[in-house]
Parts: sequence; C-alpha cells; structure tokens
Amino acid sequence: MTSFNAKRVRADIPQLNRVVFDHPITYLDTASTSLQPNAVIDAMSRYYQLRHANVHRAVYQTASEATAAYEGSREAVARFINAPGGAGEVVFTKNATESFNLLAKSWGAKNLSAGDVVLVSEMEHHANIVPWFQLREHTGIEVRFIPTTDDYRLDTSRLDELMQGVKLLSITGMSNVLGSINPVRELAAVAHRHGALIAVDGAQSVAHAPTDVVALDLDFLVFTGHKMLGPTGIGVFWTREEILDAMPPFLGGGGMIADVRLDGYTPADGPTRFEAGTPPIAEAVGLNAAVLYLEGLGMTNVVRHEHALAGDALTRLELEFHGRVRVIGPGDMTERGGVISLDVEGVHPHDVAQVLDQFGVCVRPGHHCAKPLMRRFGLAATVRASYGPYSNTKDTDVLIEALGHAVKMFG
Amino acid sequence: MSDLGSNLDDLYREIILDHYRSPRNRGELESPPAIRVEGFNPLCGDEIVVYLDIEDGILKNIKMVGSGCSISQSSASLMSSAVKGKTLDQVRATIAMFKQLMTVQESTLAHDGEAPKVDLRALGELAALQGVIKFPVRIKCATLAWNALVEGLDGLD
Repeated sequence: MTSFNAKRVRADIPQLNRVVFDHPITYLDTASTSLQPNAVIDAMSRYYQLRHANVHRAVYQTASEATAAYEGSREAVARFINAPGGAGEVVFTKNATESFNLLAKSWGAKNLSAGDVVLVSEMEHHANIVPWFQLREHTGIEVRFIPTTDDYRLDTSRLDELMQGVKLLSITGMSNVLGSINPVRELAAVAHRHGALIAVDGAQSVAHAPTDVVALDLDFLVFTGHKMLGPTGIGVFWTREEILDAMPPFLGGGGMIADVRLDGYTPADGPTRFEAGTPPIAEAVGLNAAVLYLEGLGMTNVVRHEHALAGDALTRLELEFHGRVRVIGPGDMTERGGVISLDVEGVHPHDVAQVLDQFGVCVRPGHHCAKPLMRRFGLAATVRASYGPYSNTKDTDVLIEALGHAVKMFG
Repeated sequence: MSDLGSNLDDLYREIILDHYRSPRNRGELESPPAIRVEGFNPLCGDEIVVYLDIEDGILKNIKMVGSGCSISQSSASLMSSAVKGKTLDQVRATIAMFKQLMTVQESTLAHDGEAPKVDLRALGELAALQGVIKFPVRIKCATLAWNALVEGLDGLD
C-alpha cells in the first residue's frame, strides 16, 4: 500500500526548514545528492545509539543485531530492484563510481581482452567512462561511444553497426545532464542479440522510477544511496548470481576472505568477496530506511510527481524567458526525467548559480562530470536544476524569479 | 525577492560588470616575440591565454583571450589595465597587493573581521574585486589570470 502526499514528504525532510540568506531553502540539486527524510536520519542515529558493532565477526548480542541490520539492508535493496537471486546478488560499495570500478576491474579484467569492445554513450558520467579507459590501458580493449542526437537523445540509428565486437554495453538509465531517459529494455535486447551483456548506470534512474532488473533483462546495475534519499558512503553493485560467482575479488583485505595462509588466500563466496574491510554499516541501515520510505511513497507515484513538476518547469521557462534561457535536454516530457540543464544566454553558469544562491536556490553549475557530452554541445558548463520526491511548484516559482534576476543583472 | 542582498552587490560591483561586458586588452600578440601563458580551471572550465610583450624591463603590452565567468574574465581585464605599461617591478608589486587582497581578507574574515590591512586606494579599480573574498569558491576565478601572469614573469628568470 503506497501513499504519496507531497506536503507530507516535504514535512519529513528537516533540511527543507533551512533558511539561506533570509530565504527558505529551494533545493533543486537532487541529481547531485538528495536530501534525507527523518526516517533515514533517525534509523542511522538509532543504530549508532543502540546497536553499533562490527558485522560478521563477534558473537555478542549487538554484533548479531548489527549483522542482521546490514544483511537486512541487502535484502531490502534486492527487493527494491527485484533481484532474481535475492540478497546474494547485491554488493555494497562506496558509491556508484566504485561500483563501476568493481565492474571494470573485476568482471572486465577477467572477461575482456585486446580487441573486445565496451560500448558506452556520449552522455555517460565520467564514472562510466574513465574505468573503461583505465582498463584499456591494461588490456587493449576498445571503448566505443554511441552518439547523441541534436535533440539530446541517444542516437540508436547505427546501433547494430556499433555493436560489432561489443562484449559489454554500459549505459546510463537517465542522463544526469540532459534528463533523457534511455530505452534500457530495448538496449538490453539488442545487446543480448549480439551476444553482449548490458550494464546500466542507475545513479539517476533508480531514485526516480521503478527499476526491475528482471523485466528490463539487465546483467549489471549500478547505483548509489545518497541520490535516493539515503546516506552518502554506500553504493550498490548488482549482477546475476552466476556472473557474480565467477567474478574475481576486487579489493583485498579482511572480510572478503574464506582463509588466509602464509602462502596465499582463498576468497569468500557471495557479495562479501567484494566487501573488503569494515563495510558502511550505518549507511546500509540508512539505505534500508530510504528503500522503505520510497516503497511507502511508491516509485510510480514518485515518477508521476517529478514528471509533472519538470513538465510544468519546461513550459514556464519557455513562457518566461522566450529562449533566453535554453534547456539543454529534451524540450518535452517524452522519455525524460526531472533533471533540467539550462544555458542562460550571455551569463556564465557560475554567475547564474551565484545569483540563485542569494535566493536560497541550490542548483549545480558545471560540467556535471560529463565533459564529452559538454563538448558535444559546445558548452563548458550548464546550470542544472533537478527535482526530487519532496520538490514542489514553489521551487519552480523561486527558480524562475531568481533566474529573472540573473538575466537582468548581466543583461 | 527584489533585494539582491548586499553580499551579491559586493561581488558584482558595477566596475566588474563593466569589465565583463567590455573587457579591456582583448586579443592576441604574435608569439614569439610575445610570451604566451595559458591558465585553466579544470573544475569549471574557465580558461585564459595571456600574451605579454616585455621590453627593457617594461610590460609594453598585454593581451588576453579566454572564456569564463564574470569574475575570472573581469579580473583578467582589470589586471591588464592595472599592469599595462608598467615596469616589471611595478607589475610584481601590483600582483603582490592583489594576492594580499585575496588572502589577507580571507584570514580577517576568519578572525571576526578586523580591518583589512590592504591599502585599497593603492589598488585603484582592482579594489572592486575585494567582494570576491566573501565567496571563497570564487577566489580561484579571480586569481586565474593573475596566476598566468605570474607564470609568464617567472619564465623570464
């Protein structure tokens, strides 16, 4: 049973009570990191107050409670993305970036060799580009890019040609710059038809729409806790059990071993093989609370809410600024999410963001860790406003009013 | 909402906006003989190329091309106006004063705002950049062209 009440969601987020430069905070930087509801903050706080102990080690009561909480979070995440093999397929990392490094440096290093192709897209975050370049230095793989159309969509017109020699198609579910949503299910079918696997960067998409790895027919999914109302310091790497079981360990140390002798070591089985050292336990507890919170809202309600807000914002930006503020991304809401990149004519994004800051408006100026995409559209940077479950039309009101000041000031 | 706030007015002084809209000493010099130095801010993508024509210990001419935010570009323009035609000793003194403006005030802010120790009158128009100090993340914008200038002068030694 889900229940989505935008007012109640806002009331659950303490940081929305902040006042910045005499203005109530207008938080439009969810694509960078989301705000946390009390449910998440309290769960982590309660954990530290009552149950903190290291996991998978001691036999005392709080230690087994901590272990149960940590492993319980794995189950919640598995349920959230419908992992067919359950919690045993969910590896906790530090963030989505580390998850991609795990993919490249464990699965990639073992399964890819000179001449093999990893196909990514021009709209990827650096996290889904640089690890492949690093692997290329060691193995001689080819990193190939799917281009972007002039209207900010993935250009799939030559996809079958691009798929030649591809072992892995690694692609974002939703661009963190353009807001474009990629046809992941169709891409999975194409990849599998060519005998390749598909990895999806869910850093943006998982937090803003339902994600079902079985229905989408994915092989790998990567995402992070702090963009989905959870804490920083915890990310997720999911793959099917048979792939995970065949992957060599990533980081070495305690926790990831079955045995260590003077002549070598034997790695542990399952997800723990990839979780060297004391893991982010409190963060896992927070992520579990975030998953429960989002399940309570219902992801279909979340996507509907954000879709409506972004659609309204696109319309009003055009009405208000007549092209003086250009949207760098699809202009309508077809296959698009609540990430809106803006180019304000004649005003540098840092100056726009600085003016907006004086109105308590939090947006992100910059290249958004997607420099190849920025170059594609001849931009050094954009100003990005992004919506979350707690956003409302008042946020857009303030954004537009503050943008008006920036335009006037530098006009 | 009409009040933009005094902090913002401090940052975007009219002089700064003027130099941003109408940058002085834009352009290139043939290099060589002119010294060519690049400045680049990988974080925000701001860039500047500074050309220095130095003869007999005098900065005879300075030209710049680049793109970036109003602070980086106006600071570059203000810098070029302040140092053009000056002896290298005067240029170095101006750089020292500007760097002091960017650092002294930062430390005074941290210590409950004692009076700044920089002679703002000696800085002339450059004093318009003092508001930057209230926005620490923008200091690197303001110093971009200056660091390029320093690099160019260092290359002389």
